Amino acid sequence: MDKYFKDERDVAMRLKYQILRDDFTRAGEASSKIKKVLKQLAIDATVIRRAAIATYEAEINLVIHSEGGTLEVYIKPDCIEIYVEDVGPGIADIELAMTKGFSTASVAVREMGFGAGMGLPNMEKVSDDFVIESEVGVGTKVKMIVRYT
Amino acid sequence: MKEYWHSVILEKDYCNGCTHCLDRCPTQAIRVVDGKAKIIESRCIDCGECLRVCPFHAKGAQVSTLETLDRYKYKVALPAISFYGQFGLEHDMNTIYNGLLQLGFDDVFDLAHAAEILSIYQKKIIQETTENKPLISTYCPVITRLIQIRFPSLIDNIIKLESPMEIAARFIEQKLADAGMKREDIGIFYITPCPAKITSIKNPIGLTHSHIDEAISTEEVYYRLMKFIDKIEVKRQIQCATGKGIGWGRVGGQSYAMEIEDYIAVDGIEEVIKVLETMELGKLNTLDFFEGYACVNGCVGGPLNVENTFIGKNRIRKHVKNYDLTKEINVDMPLKAENMAWDSPIEALPIFKLDTDFRKALEKMAQIEEISQILPGINCGACGAPTCRVLVEDIVNKRATISRCVVLQMQQENKEK
Repeated sequence: MDKYFKDERDVAMRLKYQILRDDFTRAGEASSKIKKVLKQLAIDATVIRRAAIATYEAEINLVIHSEGGTLEVYIKPDCIEIYVEDVGPGIADIELAMTKGFSTASVAVREMGFGAGMGLPNMEKVSDDFVIESEVGVGTKVKMIVRYT
Repeated sequence: MKEYWHSVILEKDYCNGCTHCLDRCPTQAIRVVDGKAKIIESRCIDCGECLRVCPFHAKGAQVSTLETLDRYKYKVALPAISFYGQFGLEHDMNTIYNGLLQLGFDDVFDLAHAAEILSIYQKKIIQETTENKPLISTYCPVITRLIQIRFPSLIDNIIKLESPMEIAARFIEQKLADAGMKREDIGIFYITPCPAKITSIKNPIGLTHSHIDEAISTEEVYYRLMKFIDKIEVKRQIQCATGKGIGWGRVGGQSYAMEIEDYIAVDGIEEVIKVLETMELGKLNTLDFFEGYACVNGCVGGPLNVENTFIGKNRIRKHVKNYDLTKEINVDMPLKAENMAWDSPIEALPIFKLDTDFRKALEKMAQIEEISQILPGINCGACGAPTCRVLVEDIVNKRATISRCVVLQMQQENKEK
């Protein structure tokens, strides 16, 4: 697996959003804004849809599981790169976290309709490249690339 | 792109340039220019929201009048299913259909019957389809157009079946041709509750041409009928639908008729938009079917109806019960694709794109972000655009200038004092 790094080359446009933990009222707003921007650019509808799913799931993960973090989108001539970084708590077993249906979400969160254990698997499914790194007590970083072709 | 014909129009004399319609338009198709509202045709989906909210009734729908009956030798009326909801239950529906004969029609077709037959075919398609679920109903043409413009990634979910009116019109055309009648002598009239259906007749999606010749508003027919409603002579049996077909007049009717479980039925265009956003995120993949209606309560809420939509809905509910939901449907039309399905493809109309060129679109987006910082962001509409953001888009696309912003002007004046 590739290492997580931010590729600053050829960035045509940057979008950056702060996501707060437990902010369920606003959960989905950042990804919805991202989707609106992408829809106005000359980008294929299926690419937009994949990027929308990737950013939405990432945003929800930040709200449910993290201590807060950032969601960044780099729009490039040939792809969309999505960077998700949080400040903890970190994932102990990434392989388990990537398993469909596995979730550490609380009962309360599940009752709100979140935490079905499909977030990370969906993010991986819709992206062409997917990198995840995590350290318990430090935080988690995810990089996703959605290519135009 | 070919020119688009629209049903929703503006009667300039009545418009006083207020901002009611600006705000309500789901595709941001309206601008107020020189004190008058203007509809950007490429964006309009004929939902009729502006028509409904205009306090001055300055928005109208282009319809034919009953006078156009004279143009044809043989006239057939297709009253919309929501017609069932317009008259009190003391009036028998078959009698009302016979009233249409008295108005000058030679024949009347019960569209609820076409709908129930379509239900059988539609159910089969839903059961046979495994990909792109949920399938999206095409019954409300506004939703189909909304998807073309705002949700192009959902185009493959569209079920691509005709509406009951076109199915009935094809059937009638064939029947009359078999009886030796010339097509130009026949006039097929749809009695419509909504402007979008009129647009569908003039500019159909998925069909090379409509089989309907004219559309008259429910309103016009209603008032003519009411004049002699107690003196209608019943000559023949026209009403033939069961409760299954009649239910199509309100939200959820299609799914009830098909007796399917995994569906959602949503009414009101803003609510439909929310659901389509969720569907785009892949959250509704476990559903089989989605029926969405621009109007609250579905077709019975259409802006060209007469009766209050909730009263109409209640009447349809009662009709469904009285005409029986469990009765066997008389399948007297062939359940074949050439009768039921679209014959041409549907394309995305991504009119919200800033440019077709990637670089140019990005440049414009960067400009938009920059100019947005200057504007107040209060979305007052005084500039004539629905939001500050839309004004900026117009500026970047050279359709407006920043001097339109009244708030900025005021700030400027205050500084100069």
